[in-house]
Amino acid sequence: MKMDNLLRTPLYDLHTQCGAKMVPFAGHSMPLYFAGGALKEHRATRLSAGLFDVSHMGQVIVRPVEGGKARTARLLEGLMPIEIENLPAGRQRYALLTDSQGCILDDLIVASREDHYLLVVNAATKQSDVDHLKDSLGGACEVSLLEDRAMLALQGPKAESALRAAVDGVPNMRFMDCVTIPSPFGELWLARSGYTGEDGFEVSVPNRHARELARTLLAQEEVIPVGLAARDSLRLEAGYSLYGADIDTTTTVVEAGLAWSVGRSRRKGGSKEGGFPGSDVILRQMAGGTRRRMVGLQPQGRLIARAGFRIFDDNVGAAQVGVVTSGGFGATINRPVALGYVDAGSLSCTTLHFEARGRFHGIKIVPRQSIAPNLNKG
Amino acid sequence: MKYTKDHEWVVYDAPEFTIGITEYAAEQLGDVTYVELPQEGDWLEAGDEAVVIESVKAASEILSPASGEVVEVNQELADNPALLNEDPQESGWIFRMVPEDPSDFGDLLDEDAYAMLTSQ
Repeated sequence: MKMDNLLRTPLYDLHTQCGAKMVPFAGHSMPLYFAGGALKEHRATRLSAGLFDVSHMGQVIVRPVEGGKARTARLLEGLMPIEIENLPAGRQRYALLTDSQGCILDDLIVASREDHYLLVVNAATKQSDVDHLKDSLGGACEVSLLEDRAMLALQGPKAESALRAAVDGVPNMRFMDCVTIPSPFGELWLARSGYTGEDGFEVSVPNRHARELARTLLAQEEVIPVGLAARDSLRLEAGYSLYGADIDTTTTVVEAGLAWSVGRSRRKGGSKEGGFPGSDVILRQMAGGTRRRMVGLQPQGRLIARAGFRIFDDNVGAAQVGVVTSGGFGATINRPVALGYVDAGSLSCTTLHFEARGRFHGIKIVPRQSIAPNLNKG
Repeated sequence: MKYTKDHEWVVYDAPEFTIGITEYAAEQLGDVTYVELPQEGDWLEAGDEAVVIESVKAASEILSPASGEVVEVNQELADNPALLNEDPQESGWIFRMVPEDPSDFGDLLDEDAYAMLTSQ
């Protein structure tokens, strides 16, 4: 009997059969880890292949009603600082939805498909994103949140061989390519992407075939199921920010260290300079800097610096200079790993301190990426 | 073996208490990545933070079940924190202390009381 109000993905029964510890996440009941534990799942993804259920994320179709795909592209460019008009069908790009303050409503993937765009958005923000898109795009585009498709992420150095063993007709794909193929599991939308720092695929599959596809992938010797805990530690090692933890409507694009995602033509002096919400703030900060900045953080001991822990430039708690926004244990590098914001004036400090349960521990500013990403750039 | 409501187990073998976490606690913690152990010779008051256990989910504190002196710590946990997941009630013991008042042992939960606590 279902005793809570949590949503279930089409893989819910499979998760429980695989011994998952289920937890509430963004309104869904999701696996935190499986019987072997999160550390094993993390390492298996780096060495072999991990299968993640990401069906809770939003798949949003934006389809032109009038003016064709080019008009839709220009309208979407009015909501996010990337270039979309020049994104050919079969390619996708990382994007941010910004607000008038230059802050972040969501981070997402925009995939260019034959005659429309597919936006893959975060679970907790999918409804507000759809409302925002509908309000902003008006009658020129039809915006629909898909309820009939699940999504799996297959990640790791053996992801490609495992996918090919399970599904015939997977074409050669480079990082950030996206294609549609027919399969015994219905029409699959494949993208060569992910959020672990590993090569891999994200696969949109009709709900009714999701379990069967997951079973077929898990039947490959190199694939194990992976839960949210390892998904978090993998993305932390890769230096990727998490919406709702590291970035949100209180952090600007530039503070978050995501100015790289601003399209070249949308920058100062570019052919399409500005023209997205908060562009004045973002372009000004790109030139003049910000009061604080997201950085990679490495605790000096074995204690984990977790979200919300305060950072000081002394070891007595006199002057706070930052805050940890997410932290965990990097099972590949075998030490704690964290992301957080540090004031501009303290970015050159060699050692800062974080406070954990009333005590102070050393923490260093380091590059955001703790591992070298293993992506198939082709 | 007796228990605390914070999911620690205590064995009394005069004059020492041996302290660890229960299988139930180990299960709830998820994979343990680090155990911050007390030092031999530390004096702990009952309820003091004696140990910090870092797991993939959270940091958890082990509170001292009695006042007394730490006389031995399980150094193996420093090198192999996963021992707490694999064998929490035997080789994954955490520390031994000589309690000021051994009669504190009588105030701890017995097997049945602890079973009731974890079945709720």
